Amino acid sequence: MFQITATLIIYMLIVIPMGIYLYQIATYNKTFADPVFNPIDNVIYKIGGINPKEGMNWKKYLLALLVTNGVMMILGYIVLRVQSISFFNPNGIENMESSLSFNTIISFMTNTNLQHYSGESGLSYLSQMAVITFMMFVSAASGYAVCVAFVRGLVGKTKDNMGNFYSDLIRIITRILLPLSIIVGLFLVWQGVPQNLSANITATTIEGTYQDIAMGPVAALESIKHIGTNGGGFFGANSATPFENPTIWSNLAELFSMMILPGACVIMFGKMVSKPKKPVNALCKKKLDFFGSEGKTLFIAMSVIFLVGLGICYTAEMAGNPALESVGLSQSMGSMEGKEVRFGVSQSALFTTTTTSFTTGTVNNMHDTLTPLGGFVAMLHMMLNLVFGGKGVGLMNMVIYVLLTVFICGLMIGRTPEYLGKKIEGKEMKLVALSIIIHPLLILGFSALAVTTSAGVAGVSNEGFHGLSQILYEFASSAANNGSGFEGLADNSVFFNITTGLAMFFGRYASIIIQLAIAGSLMKKQHVNESSGTLKTSSMTFTISLILIIYIFAALTFLPVLCLGPVAEHFVLWG
Amino acid sequence: MIMKQSKEKIFNKEILIQAIKGAVLKLNPKYMIKNPVMFVVEIGFLITFLLTIWPSLFEANSYHMRTYNIIVCIVLLATVLFANFAEAIAEGRGKAQAQSLKQTQKDTKARLVNKDGTETIVDSSTLRKGDVVIVSVGELIPNDGEVIEGVATVDESAITGESAPVVRESGGDFCSVTGGTTVVSDSLKIRITSDPGNSFLDKMIALVEGASRKKTPNEIALNTLLVSLTIIFLIVITTLYPIASYSGVSLSIATLIALTVCLIPTTIGGLLSAIGIAGMDRVTRFNVIAMSGKAVEVCGDVDTMILDKTGTITFGNRLASDFLPVNNIEKSELIKNAMITSLYDETPEGKSTLELGKKLGYDVPTVQVKETFEFSAQTRMSGLDLENGTKIRKGASEAISKYIISMGGKIPEDLQSKVNEVASLGGTPLTVCCDDTILGVIYLKDTVKPGMKERFERLRAIGIKTIMCTGDNPLTAATIASEAGVDDFVAECTPEDKIAVIKKEQDKGKIVAMTGDGTNDAPALAQANVGLAMNSGTAAAKEAANMVDLDSDPTKILEVVEIGKQMLITRGSLTTFSVANDIAKYFAIIPAMFMVAIPQLQVLNIMGLATPYSAILSALIFNAIIIPCLIPLAMKGVTYKPMSSEKLLRRNLLIYGLGGVITPFIGIKIIDLLVNPILNVLGV
Repeated sequence: MFQITATLIIYMLIVIPMGIYLYQIATYNKTFADPVFNPIDNVIYKIGGINPKEGMNWKKYLLALLVTNGVMMILGYIVLRVQSISFFNPNGIENMESSLSFNTIISFMTNTNLQHYSGESGLSYLSQMAVITFMMFVSAASGYAVCVAFVRGLVGKTKDNMGNFYSDLIRIITRILLPLSIIVGLFLVWQGVPQNLSANITATTIEGTYQDIAMGPVAALESIKHIGTNGGGFFGANSATPFENPTIWSNLAELFSMMILPGACVIMFGKMVSKPKKPVNALCKKKLDFFGSEGKTLFIAMSVIFLVGLGICYTAEMAGNPALESVGLSQSMGSMEGKEVRFGVSQSALFTTTTTSFTTGTVNNMHDTLTPLGGFVAMLHMMLNLVFGGKGVGLMNMVIYVLLTVFICGLMIGRTPEYLGKKIEGKEMKLVALSIIIHPLLILGFSALAVTTSAGVAGVSNEGFHGLSQILYEFASSAANNGSGFEGLADNSVFFNITTGLAMFFGRYASIIIQLAIAGSLMKKQHVNESSGTLKTSSMTFTISLILIIYIFAALTFLPVLCLGPVAEHFVLWG
Repeated sequence: MIMKQSKEKIFNKEILIQAIKGAVLKLNPKYMIKNPVMFVVEIGFLITFLLTIWPSLFEANSYHMRTYNIIVCIVLLATVLFANFAEAIAEGRGKAQAQSLKQTQKDTKARLVNKDGTETIVDSSTLRKGDVVIVSVGELIPNDGEVIEGVATVDESAITGESAPVVRESGGDFCSVTGGTTVVSDSLKIRITSDPGNSFLDKMIALVEGASRKKTPNEIALNTLLVSLTIIFLIVITTLYPIASYSGVSLSIATLIALTVCLIPTTIGGLLSAIGIAGMDRVTRFNVIAMSGKAVEVCGDVDTMILDKTGTITFGNRLASDFLPVNNIEKSELIKNAMITSLYDETPEGKSTLELGKKLGYDVPTVQVKETFEFSAQTRMSGLDLENGTKIRKGASEAISKYIISMGGKIPEDLQSKVNEVASLGGTPLTVCCDDTILGVIYLKDTVKPGMKERFERLRAIGIKTIMCTGDNPLTAATIASEAGVDDFVAECTPEDKIAVIKKEQDKGKIVAMTGDGTNDAPALAQANVGLAMNSGTAAAKEAANMVDLDSDPTKILEVVEIGKQMLITRGSLTTFSVANDIAKYFAIIPAMFMVAIPQLQVLNIMGLATPYSAILSALIFNAIIIPCLIPLAMKGVTYKPMSSEKLLRRNLLIYGLGGVITPFIGIKIIDLLVNPILNVLGV
């Protein structure tokens, strides 16, 4: 418990300055780092023929995003299909099969990082660097760019200028992702993560058998994997292997790396939407306001859901597994099956809850062997996809639920609902509704398809409730662009490659299109005055309503299937 | 007539019977599809109906399910009927009102004035816009129009319910007449201003009947939400069937339908249109005709209210408020004489002078009157001559001065300063004289209507700012403003200024409401987001406004605002209640569905419901009967007290949110206790 508490307190200390930095970048304010980055950016603008001052409306912005991502996908796909060439390929890796390439490329472009391959045997170093690591940067930057544009829309300073996509993309990479990655990467190298281009080493063990020791540019991938909430490991076992995550310090570094930007995003949002307060009088003490009152509501709501999930997960894991206990395995340390001894239950539960809440998808323990309720939390948080969430998407999803809450609460005080001074009317509600439908449709629809087709059922390694959990988890992870695997599911089949590919694609782009449309629509609206009759979205009452509405709307949707999966498994296990 | 019904009960027997008939007629799928949530229930009903006849339609060997299917089928039918009944009963009340209005719209004859001046008798239904008619004593005005000649009193009780006749005359603000009203004295030459079927009365009938009712923007948005919730739950249920059978749980179609109906927001879906109709109805009962539901809804959002001073905040009549003696004359002398001049003065000025005197402790003087002089525009003074020859007068300062000089008297030096003093305060000075001596000045002041201060406080509590517009000078305006407790005022205000004020507020993103009656108010009424015109006002004003007050009471706007808010709150509260109910329903149905295959899930049956069938049916029955239980609430609207938004939200969340979570747990348990023995007997 102490470990968890200490980790979270340190998190709060680093997320605030990061949030402020993010805010400065989003609003083109001066930062201390400008002298370094301005020339770099200008060179890129010049080469790319980009005019960073050219404003885009939401449709243009969206188009720029889609085209850029589309081109990257095509290029990436080609690389995966021809990776067998002896260019950065010391281990002689073969070309990737087409359905797996389809899945992999969508997976990384959508920042999901669902891996139906094993890095050691499936990718050449060229693919690891030019496809995987490259996409980890651009997909994260694309997500944050959209998020920044979305918030600009909500702020609505102009009627149709959401900023410039290219400029946002570049600034986020050069000013945030790259520097952070370099720092974290060097730290990981120090902790023992490999970073080289050598072929794997075959060693003879003391017993006289042979063992392949994996090599490669791991640290570089590892740092952006977390900072960009990507989550796709260099190796199949992800951050559970010592080469990706050797020590408790590297574990902390990876935790903070994946938590910092999604949290900072909320702070950025708070600062962007809060109006500059006029100093009432000179004597008035300047109150420290890191979040902005609107940002605080979201941060608290996210934190509460996160902590509730963490509590359940930790308690469930600590309780151990009665089935193992009955055969004489002590469960006094909690359920250690599938967990690394160097992390223990605390760091594993924290990592699991974090990776599914912040939709990173990296794992430092095998989620398939989590206790049923531990797995329940992981699944639920992916189904919600708004507990901080990755790459700005979590924030946008949260705002969708805020709009929903505003609508219901606004009616309850007898006013046409409004948020941030904009009225929420039929058009917005239609888009909000669509955006809320996408998630259950993808997860439940594909899961139902999987359990009714032989191709789907073929992948399941455990029968019954756990088998259902495996399928649910796979699609929840895909639709939420999380990417963690429950594992245990034999997912490298044409069926799962195509279905999860589609789930990831629509989970990402359909949501983004709708959310940008909402921001675009709110942007055009006349700002309405705030009076004492207006719904206060920064109040505690509202925050509580928001949390309850999220649980009722999002969680109740998935309750029946969760009852048949992890909940049933839990009650059967505990009899 | 309309107004006077307001104290009646929500339902009477006749409306009830009509509503039951309507509920059945509304089962027509063509009609039901307009309400997607209830349409889903109806489809569920049809499927279970088929399952009742052929229980093995979807699954072989399901004949033992017949009784269960019948019960589900009946409960579903009841759910739809209850929802239809709610709508029908709301409509029924409007229809009853429309009926009484229609009776006044008898087919009458009219005397059409031809171009050459001759008259022809025509059917009033053939009159077109621009035609000129003559209406004399006892005749019905055939259609809406404008008086172009003559003065007459008109009985407008058919429209307003007010029995006292009103004066209508050509020119000015009292020239508009409404079709269906009766001329009770003299005769009028009227130019018809609307084509048949478009008259005010027609519009009113359509409105109260609900025939022209369009869904309001907010209703559309809420409906979108409800439909999307329904879609989500349909996805949940359709995918649950294969997923459950993968887990070894076989679910019957009837159970899945029951679960669907329980989860989709039927409570609010069934009551939504009733709330809208009833809200409009409440406005009508206040004798305000709203041109659309949207207008009432916008009222709930009003931030700023622009009010005329005269007639709205103050009585508009100038009432005596002080006596100012001149030239060292005793104040009592002035008061005594002022009271004498007012003995036979029936004007508000006169009456109030007497009252003020009495209030100051003076008895009404008894005098022998020889002759009385009424106020006239020529003399600009009134008063009386006593038997003993004393002449006492009061009137405009200049008129009295001239009169005194003609009598050979002297003008006191301090008269002018007193007169100026009163004028500068915005009051009207009345000079009083006895024979050739000027005694002093009566200070006539505009008086704020009682209760205005409290009303403005109420408005402030819900965040509405009030701005008073007046043609008075700033000094008077400030006095009245502080007396009435308005937030702001605009003095020496022209109609153009009024529009400017509205625009200025709107630019700040505020929703502005205003009341008005004169033609020159029409542009401002149109500019404002909510314009309430007085029925006594001109046709132009009524046309520009989106609401018309039949009683011509400008302060009504305050009530309309509250009704608008109440309508939204009712919708929001019932939505919250409906959604919150789902939690309990889940706890009833999920264990019931899965318990047979997975006995360990019994733990989730926290209500301890007897059997799976009983649990499912109890939840379904609760879901059905909650609709009629909430009809009175939907009709009356939830209680609304002005308070801060935060408090209001907390209060409603506690009542309808928390209440919505708890109520079904209790309700379903009770129904289970009642239903289970019956099911045992039926062998389900």
